[in-house]
This record gives sequence, C-alpha cells and structure tokens, in this order.
Amino acid sequence: MSAHPASGIGLAVRHKLLPILAFVIFALMFGLYLLLQPHGIQTSVLVTASNKGALLALVAMAQTLPVLTGGIDLSVGAIVVLANCLASNLVNGTPAQIGLGVLAVLGTGVLAGAVNAMAVVVGRLQPIVATLATSTMFYGVSLLLRPSPGGEVDDDFASALTGDVWGVPVSLLLLIAVLGLLWWPFSRSVTGRGLFAVGSSDASAFMSGVPVGRARASAYLGAGLLAGMAGLLLTLIAESAQASAVQAGDFTLNSIAAVVIGGTSLFGGSGGLVGSVFGAFILRTIGDLLFVSAASPLWQPLFQGLILLGAVSLGALPLLRVRNRLELFR
Amino acid sequence: MSDATTAVDARPLLELQGVVKRFGPVTALADGTLCCRPGSIHAVMGENGAGKSTLIKIMAGVLSPTEGIMRLDGREIAFSSPAEAQRHGVVCVFQELSLMPDLSVADNIGITAPPRRWGLIDRGAQLAEARRLLRLVGCDDIDGRERVRDLPLSRRQMVEIAKALGRKPRLLILDEATSALTADDVGRVVALLKRLRAEGMCILYISHRMHEIRELADECSVFANGRHVASFPFGSRTEDEIVRMMIGRPLSQMYPPKPPAPRVAPAPLLEARRLGWENRLRDVSLGVAAGEIVGLGGLDGQGQREFLLALFGCLSGVTGEIVMDGSPVSPRGPRTAKADPMRLALVPEDRKTEGLMLPMTVAENLSAATLSRWRRGPLIDNRRERQAIEEMQRRMQIKAVLDLPVATLSGGNQQKVAIGKWLMLGPRVLLLCDPTRGIDVGTKQEIYRLLRELADAGTAVLLYTTDYDELIGLCDRVAIFRDGHVVRTLEGDGITEEAILSGALAMGGADHGTERAA
Amino acid sequence: MSGSAPTSSAAGLLGRLRGADLPLLVAGGCILVILCAGATVNGAFLSPHYLIQQAQVASFLGIVATGAMLVILLGHIDLSVPWTLTAGAMLGTGLAGTAAGGAVAIPVALAVGALVGLVNGIGVAILRIPSMIFTLGVNAVLQGLMVLYTGGSAPPSTAAPLVRWLAGGHLVPGLPNAILVWAAVGLLCSLMLRRTIAGRTLYAVGNRERAAYLNGMPVRRAVCGVFVLAGMCSTGAGVLLTGYSGKAFQGMGDSYLLPAIAAVVLGGTSIMGGQGRYAGTVVGTILIVLLQSMLAVLQMPDAGRQIIYGLVIFCMLLLYGRQRAAR
Repeated sequence: MSAHPASGIGLAVRHKLLPILAFVIFALMFGLYLLLQPHGIQTSVLVTASNKGALLALVAMAQTLPVLTGGIDLSVGAIVVLANCLASNLVNGTPAQIGLGVLAVLGTGVLAGAVNAMAVVVGRLQPIVATLATSTMFYGVSLLLRPSPGGEVDDDFASALTGDVWGVPVSLLLLIAVLGLLWWPFSRSVTGRGLFAVGSSDASAFMSGVPVGRARASAYLGAGLLAGMAGLLLTLIAESAQASAVQAGDFTLNSIAAVVIGGTSLFGGSGGLVGSVFGAFILRTIGDLLFVSAASPLWQPLFQGLILLGAVSLGALPLLRVRNRLELFR
Repeated sequence: MSDATTAVDARPLLELQGVVKRFGPVTALADGTLCCRPGSIHAVMGENGAGKSTLIKIMAGVLSPTEGIMRLDGREIAFSSPAEAQRHGVVCVFQELSLMPDLSVADNIGITAPPRRWGLIDRGAQLAEARRLLRLVGCDDIDGRERVRDLPLSRRQMVEIAKALGRKPRLLILDEATSALTADDVGRVVALLKRLRAEGMCILYISHRMHEIRELADECSVFANGRHVASFPFGSRTEDEIVRMMIGRPLSQMYPPKPPAPRVAPAPLLEARRLGWENRLRDVSLGVAAGEIVGLGGLDGQGQREFLLALFGCLSGVTGEIVMDGSPVSPRGPRTAKADPMRLALVPEDRKTEGLMLPMTVAENLSAATLSRWRRGPLIDNRRERQAIEEMQRRMQIKAVLDLPVATLSGGNQQKVAIGKWLMLGPRVLLLCDPTRGIDVGTKQEIYRLLRELADAGTAVLLYTTDYDELIGLCDRVAIFRDGHVVRTLEGDGITEEAILSGALAMGGADHGTERAA
Repeated sequence: MSGSAPTSSAAGLLGRLRGADLPLLVAGGCILVILCAGATVNGAFLSPHYLIQQAQVASFLGIVATGAMLVILLGHIDLSVPWTLTAGAMLGTGLAGTAAGGAVAIPVALAVGALVGLVNGIGVAILRIPSMIFTLGVNAVLQGLMVLYTGGSAPPSTAAPLVRWLAGGHLVPGLPNAILVWAAVGLLCSLMLRRTIAGRTLYAVGNRERAAYLNGMPVRRAVCGVFVLAGMCSTGAGVLLTGYSGKAFQGMGDSYLLPAIAAVVLGGTSIMGGQGRYAGTVVGTILIVLLQSMLAVLQMPDAGRQIIYGLVIFCMLLLYGRQRAAR
C-alpha cells in the first residue's frame, strides 16, 4: 500500500506544506506593499512593519500553543492588555527598575497562563469556556491597574526595542530569538512533543504514557508568557496603555485567524509556531496594503473582512478531492 | 504438555489476586485472578463484558483497582498510570489503537522515552530505533517519517506492536491486537510472539480467534461475568469445554443451517454492474438475490468496504451501474439509499464512531434511522415510536435500559442496537461491514441466527467479514476481492478455507471463475 | 452483558441528576443567592417592578442565547453574533423608516439574519471550515458592510412604533411584550428540540456527525438550518433592542456574544455539542442578567464588576462544567 518510501525531503515538504504556502503568500504580499508604498524601501518602513507584525505574531504564537493541544485560549487578548497596563506602570526609572518591571510583566503573563492551565488541567474545564471566564477576570484586573488610558514607559528602552540594529528591526530579531531559543528546543523536548501528541489524540497520548497534564499546562503557561511579551511590545510601541475590552477581543480574534492562516489545525495535533508568525504577517500586510491602496477608508474594513474570509475558505480546497463522503464528517 | 509444566515451575512475573473494580454501583470486575510466568504465552478468554478489558486496563495502569492485590516479582505493587506500568516492564497493545495520527511513525514509537542528546530528542537516533523495531515485526516497508494518519489500519496496528516492543517489555499484553491485521501480518505476529517467548518474555494474549489461540497459548484463563472461572494448561481441556466455560453452550451450533441451494439461480434484487471508484474498485459486478447471504471475502482492505459504501451512496465519482429490481438507481447518499424504492441499510464498520451516537440513549439510537415514520403533523408521535423501539428491543434481546446512553452497554449489545436500528426500517437489502469484530461468541451466534432469519424472510444480505469461519458457516455465496476486483465467486460446498485463501492470495490461477460443488 | 443492566437504574438516576439537573439546580440556587444578597443591600431588588424590568432586559439576551444554544448543541459556535445583531438592527430601522409604518423592520431584520445564517451554514456545513474561524470572518465582513452602509457613524434612523411596542409595550398589563416574545421563541425552541425530527437530528449531529450521516439524516441541511435560525435570533434580538433603546448604534452587539455563550454553558449545555436542555439556557440567561444587575446595584467600580463576574462564572463551571476524569 505505502510500499514506496518517499524521499525525506518530499515528506518534509508534504508535512510542512501549509507554513511554506503561508510564507510564499506573505512574501508576495509584502513585496507588493513595498512597491506600492510611497517612501521607497527604507529602514523606517521595515521597522514599522516589523513592529506591528511582531506584535501580532507574538499573540498568534501564544494562541498556537493551546490550539496545538486541541484547546484554545480566548484570554490571550486580555493577557496582552493586562501586560500592557502593568507595563505602563512599571517599565520606568533606572535600568534596574526597568529590568524588574519587564520581569514583573512577563511574570504576570505566566501567572495568567498558570490560572488558565489550572482551570484546564486541574479543573478539567473546557478550554473555550474556561478562558472565556478568565479573560473577563484579567480584563477586570487591567481596569484596576489602569482605570483611564495613559501611563508611560522609559523612552530610551522603548526606542531601543522598537528601533533597528544595522538596518534590521529589533522586534524581528526578538521574534527570531523567541523562535530559536524558546520554541525550537521546546518543540524537541518530550513535553513539547507531548503538545502535538495530546492534540492529535489525548486518549492515545495518555495510554502511551505521555505526560498529558504537563504538556497541556505548558501550552497555557507558554501562551501566557508570549502574550505577556506581546503586551510589553505593545506598550513600547504605543508608549501608553488602555484597558480596552475591544482591543483585547481584536487581539484574540486576529490571533485565531493568524493561527489558521498559518496552517495550524484548530482540531489540534498539526501545525506550528513558525506558520503562525507568517499568518500574523499576512494579516498585518493585508491592512497595510489596503492602507496604501487608493481605496476609500470606508471600504477598508469590508475588504479586510472579505480577504480574511477568503483566506480561511482556501482551507476548503482539499475537500474538492474528497471522494469518500464519509470522510467529510467528523 | 511438557511445555506447560516447565511454565508452571517458573516464578510468576505478575500475579493478581481477587482484584475488584467498581464504577459507582456497577461492578465491572468481581474477581480478577491471574498469574503470568516468564517464557510463556497466556491466553485470556471470555465473552465481551466478562471483565477481560477491565482486568487488562488494571494491569496496564489505565485503571486503578477498587480492591485486591497485584504482585510483581512477588512484591505488592500498584500502578498509578500507564507510564508507571511501562517503567516496570508491563506494556499493553490496546485494541483501540494508542497511536497519535498526526505524529510520525518514529515519533509514535519513541513517544515516551526517546533517545536524547543535550536533553532534546535526537531525531536521527529515534528514526534508527524505529527502523530497527519495524524490521523486528517484519514491516520494513513502513517509512518511519510517514505520518501515522497516512497509513492503513492494518499497518497502524503493526506500528502499535513495534511501539510496544520498543518499551522493552517483560510482560507484553496483546488485547485483540490482531483484529485488524491482514492474514499475512497475523502470521508475522505469531512468529514474532513465539520468538519472544523463547527469549523469556511473558505474553498475555487476548483474542476471540480460536485458531490463533490454538497456535500460541501455553496456558489459558477463562473469565465469565467479571469472574475468573478457571486457569489450566492449554490442551488439557477441549475447545468445546472452554467454550462451555465461557458461555455454557457447545460450539457446534454456532451457525444456523443453510437452506439448500436453488436449482435455478434467482434473479438478483440488487446488482452492481462494472462498478469502479478511484483505484479501489475495478469493474466489480456482483448481485445479491432476496433470501441470499452473500459474503465479501479476501484480505482486509481489498475494496470490500468501498463496495458497500458505493452501494450506500457514500462515494462520489462511482462509475458503472447499480441496478435494483432491474432498473438502474443512483443513490446519492444514505438518505436516498434508505428511502423507499431501494430501502438499503448499512451497518458500518466502527460502531463507536459510525454506527452509534454513544452519548444518546438506546431508544434514541434505535429510532434514529426511521424518525420520519413516527411523524404526526410537525411532531414525533412518542407513543408509537416507543412501541416500535420496545418491540425491537425484544426482538434483538438487547439487555439494556432504553433511556440510558448507549455508551453504557457492552460491545455486543451496542452492536445489536446498531443492527436493530436498521431493522426498524424493514430493509430490502442489508449491508454489513464486519459486524462481529470484537464481539463475544454468544452475541455472534445471535447475530448469525438473525441474519439467516432475515434472509429466510426475503431480505438480501451482503456481509463483509474478516473472519473466514463466517464466510464458510454463514454465506450462501462468497465473492473474493483482491485489489479492487472480484477475482472469484464461491458457492455451496465450494466455500472452503482453501478456496477462500487461494483466491485471496492469488494462488491456483482460477481467477474470475465460479467454483461449484459437483 | 455484565451486571450493568440490573444495577444501572440507580446509576442512571444519579447520571441523570448529574447530567441534566445539577446545572439547573446550581444555577437556580445561585439566582436565589443573588436575589437574597441583592435584597440585603437594596430592598428594591425584590420588588416586582425591578424583577420585571430585569426579565425584560434578559429577554434580549435570552433570544440571542437561544440561537447560540442551537449552534452549540451542534458542536459549533457562532462568533458572528455581534455584527449580525447590529446589522439586523441597523438595516431593520434604516429600511423601515422609508416603508409602511415600520412594520417592515421585523421581516427585514429576520431576512438579514437568515441570509447571514445561510452564509455561515454554507461555510460550516458545505465548505467544512471550522465554525469558530468562519463565523469570525463573517463577523468581520458584516462589520465592513455596516461601516460602508452607515458611513462609519451611528445611523440617524430611529425605531419604528411597532418595534417600540414589541419591545416595551404591554399586551398584558404590567408585562413588557419583549418577555412575551422571548417566551414564544423559547417555547418553540424547546418544542423543536424535544418533539421534532429536526430536534432529534440536531442532537444526533452534535453527538456524532458521521453516525448521523450514515443514519440517512440530512446533516448539511440541519447545520445550515440551525445557523439560519441562530442568525434570525441574533437579528430579531437586534431589532427588538432598537425598540428598547430607540435606535441602532455601532457596537451594540458586542456585549451579547460572550454573555450568551456563558448563559448557554452555565445552563448545562455541553460546549462540545449534543447535550443540553433549553430550560438550562433560560436559567443561565436569568443568572447572567441578575449577576450583571446586582454588580451594578452595588455600585461596584467597573474593574471589580468584571473580576467578580468572571469569577462567578469560573466557579460555577468548576462546580459542574468539568469533563470526566480519564481514570
């Protein structure tokens, strides 16, 4: 039946087809954007694009981890806002204070992730409803920290992390560092592979002796950490904070869209963080492209929605090849 | 016999005494007593619901016992998880596959304790190890980098066995591990198990297939109604005695008598003409007449399943013709197939995901295919529906409370619900896909009798089964499938194990012929 | 085969109590606790006038939750609620202003809802895109359409008299009509779930789609139909809301998505689909509305309100929203 051993590269391409596709689409779109935008190819253009892209990419990465386990984290947006509000209070003063502030912000993200992890792993709640409830709580805490918009962050620190080093945006380097230093080793650890195992079939994973609880918990903890980073980056970009439920919702929804566009299955088990990064970049570039195109601003939300809908509908294409109707149904 | 005596002398590896498991008020295992010794194959037998699965799950650390003692190497022990059982060398190959479909074969094989370098998984070494294990079970053709999702069921089961061996078991438990294997692979597994026994491994073998047990078992333990009945060296009791221990009935009445073959072949009720689909069905022409049971034989996965699905309208892009009562029909799905001119019914392969809605009640499942019959105005007539359901429960002898979820039933009773649901329709043609897989002897016998009764009452029955005994014992005609073709049709006394096997394996060269007893 | 048949009636009773009635009991108990707590803070909390007013507020959420429940029973989710609701409200009031006395507002809104639902249904049932992502996209498209339609600001049109009467009038003295509308919607929904083929099909699809298909049930039609009904519930609630608040505005649907899902889940419906009763959704809706109202009465700052709101839902989920353990 499968007696013809495919070549290793062929298999690798087949298994990573979706992220590769996402990258190609992004490259085409970004190329078009660079052509269309009026300033020419400048560092500042790249830096702005990278900052906004990296922000959504971090949130999308945060979302990817629970999705890989077959769950979802509807509170990532709220954690971003929470970290944002906290950072606007703490990331200030002497370098030591700034350092502590950053640690506190990231720690808060992890803590929020821990609440979700407890709810899902110990409390055995459905992730979708559990994180719905916790997101309300996180949002409440953000309001407590920042009742009205404002706050400030250390200027030098902000411009350092949102600027460039020899023409390369720092935020991009940050993203690469997260992927290379955190995700890569984690995905090759037993717990990290457990993420995929649990998402693929949690009963099988349990039977096989995979540390199911640890894998699941690590997904939500990781999501909290990455969302915390995103909140920090958001603060550095905006140099202020706002406890906005709308913003939190937008982040969450866009993160899910980015995850799907990046080729991660919402049913869990297959996909990865790299694809989500490209998915996030694609989403950002759609907005940028609309901005530089001559379309009236009134038309932009519609276009953005249509493109999003079209992109996720592409996922239906493989269905055209299904000849056994039984396979269509879960 | 000398085999068995040496086995008895060896010190037991794992011992269970009076193990009890209760789920709330339900006792799943009342007396689990078992003693396995190294270097022997121990067969565990019993009907479904006899407590075998519970017993195994306790041994493998999936369930924790309510009462009782378990000893490993003479020391009392309790496993808190499958992982812990595995650390102690107790490894189980489960009936429901424990593979993760999205992971590669190598990842699956090395899932718990992969080779590591600097704390991270060493993929190269893991792949090499996977290759070694696959070679051990005789499956060199499986690429370790392939995703399990892309493998057919029988190959997955072999991966499952390779995975278990990778855990370096001292006690290997095989729970119906051969149920989905091709005859070829069963041979490989049998040879492998004999080799492992010679190397001193202790093997616990659970199967409903008598001929495999006959070939492998040194010792045998029989369970019935959650209790250990007896343990004895295999061969010290006759097979009839064993079956009587299990169900209290001799084996000879297993199949109902076949009616004499008619002189003139009756006109087919449902006929497929030159049916083709993808590369799984090629030019299949086969008919079934009212009152006839036609078996689909051959190795597993040769197009039999697809043939039934095509008749039931589940496949798109089918070429050829389906003819009912002499006029062509084109079922576009189960909904048109079950509707009136055709009135087909399909009992699908996997009762848990295809046949039943497990969390819904027995009653709701029984009436699910025939709801429109109980319509009164816009509503369902509860009283009439209930009457029909109760009648079907009596007819099928389903031992269950109608308003409990069907998930609470034993496998045999679940399958009765899956079949009974379609009998409510009064089908003209009944298609069955391996209806007795993993079902106890008692229920099997009831199903055989039922199918014969249906045929006698004028239903046309198409039965796909992996069990050759059923083809021989139950079917009036058998079509052997190979690689999408019907290569041979057997009739009457021509249905023998040799004829089926030689057709399935392409021996003898009598393809496209019909064997009929002289 | 084993001893399960005779002993299972007791287990069944326990199972039923746990499966269906526990959420109802707990949620009902919580409602009582909230009422008592509210009464100790403010005596007016128990007055009939206040309670009827709460029921009126609850009826909008209740209608949205009805649609959400149907979708959740299927094992799907409809995230397009916010802008479906808003679109229904905006188009209802906008187009009705120019046509016969506002009577057109309701059919227009329902038609919009049905259309949106149909699109959702096609995406989910035929294109097989996960509902979570497809309805999200539809929500974005609707937002874009409404921005285009209104020019980005609140539409100037106001609710027609008939719509106002339907939301705030009194057919039965003392009882706002919105409550009657909710009751009618609820009764129809409950009847459908329990006594019709459509209802049985819906549960079957929610439990195991593949088995439902092999039963010969019209799976795709059921999914499409449910999304259509859910869309109509959303826009229907939207147009009623315009009757209550006078006009449609941007973002009026934002505060209905999550409470509706929470109401459904607190009412004991499994988010995985296939299990739940309509009575639970009613109780869940009342609970959510009373909780919001009490936090407002206590004059709690917004931050505390959010935290307590989330915490209460969280704790109730812990009480009975848990999945079974693996061993």
